[in-house]
Amino acid sequence: MNADSIQFFQQEVPLSWYLLLSAVLFALGVVGFLIKRNLITVFMSIELMLNAVNLSFVTFAHQWHAVKGQIFVFFVMVVAAAEAAVGLAIIIAVFRARSTLAVDRIDLMKL
Amino acid sequence: MHLILFILFAGICLAGAVNLLLQTHPINSALSLIVVMTSLAVLYLQLGAEFLAAAQVIVYAGAIMVLFTFVVMLLNAGREERTRGSRAAVVVGFPAVAVLLAVATTVVQHTPKLGTSTFGDTMSNQPGATNLEVLSGVLFTKLLLPFEVTSVLILVAILGSVALARFGHGEKGAGE
Repeated sequence: MNADSIQFFQQEVPLSWYLLLSAVLFALGVVGFLIKRNLITVFMSIELMLNAVNLSFVTFAHQWHAVKGQIFVFFVMVVAAAEAAVGLAIIIAVFRARSTLAVDRIDLMKL
Repeated sequence: MHLILFILFAGICLAGAVNLLLQTHPINSALSLIVVMTSLAVLYLQLGAEFLAAAQVIVYAGAIMVLFTFVVMLLNAGREERTRGSRAAVVVGFPAVAVLLAVATTVVQHTPKLGTSTFGDTMSNQPGATNLEVLSGVLFTKLLLPFEVTSVLILVAILGSVALARFGHGEKGAGE
């Protein structure tokens, strides 16, 4: 390994890379929300989006030396846990009523 | 060192997210989501958020994803069927995602003064303070009321999930 590549690997990571990763993860979450056809996997895509936003929060908290950004992530985690519990209960109720998890067959409220 | 860790775990993170989309079985999607969350915890560590890294592993990768896998197994979810999807997703959704990603990357690239990541940044001017000390100091003094309100939220969530799971069963029993 020559000196240039050693120097390349020792440099610090720009925070914009974290923000780009967060944006890409969020976009992947939205795409998953749109293309997945299973109720549980759609719900997982929402969790992916929440995680992407959390990464942005932590990055900005680091940038501005503000610990409130990290506390916001803490609250997002709490809300995500509550949301997962209620959402999965709804999924169980829907499965009992319709006996399917395919979003194409759960279309009573579709326009 | 920073760069190697970032490239490694950002790559694992993206691979997990893409795998979540490509897998057809929900349990495989759930496992790739666990990979995404755990590698995000390493990135949090690099950004100086040790407590959040631990909470990410315990709460997200532990509790929430166990709940997901439990429900996948409870409902015996099989392979999903590939259908054409909705027209709204094609007409509105995908262009919106493209615009969102383009705007986000442009804004990030044109934002000046973004720094670099460093290990162990405690966000405090006092020497010897840890990330957990600073975080809990703010959380339990300035933000005590929101923290306590959160417990009410969780209580309501518990009641809601129990009620949803129980009453659905009761209605079915009454209908038969």
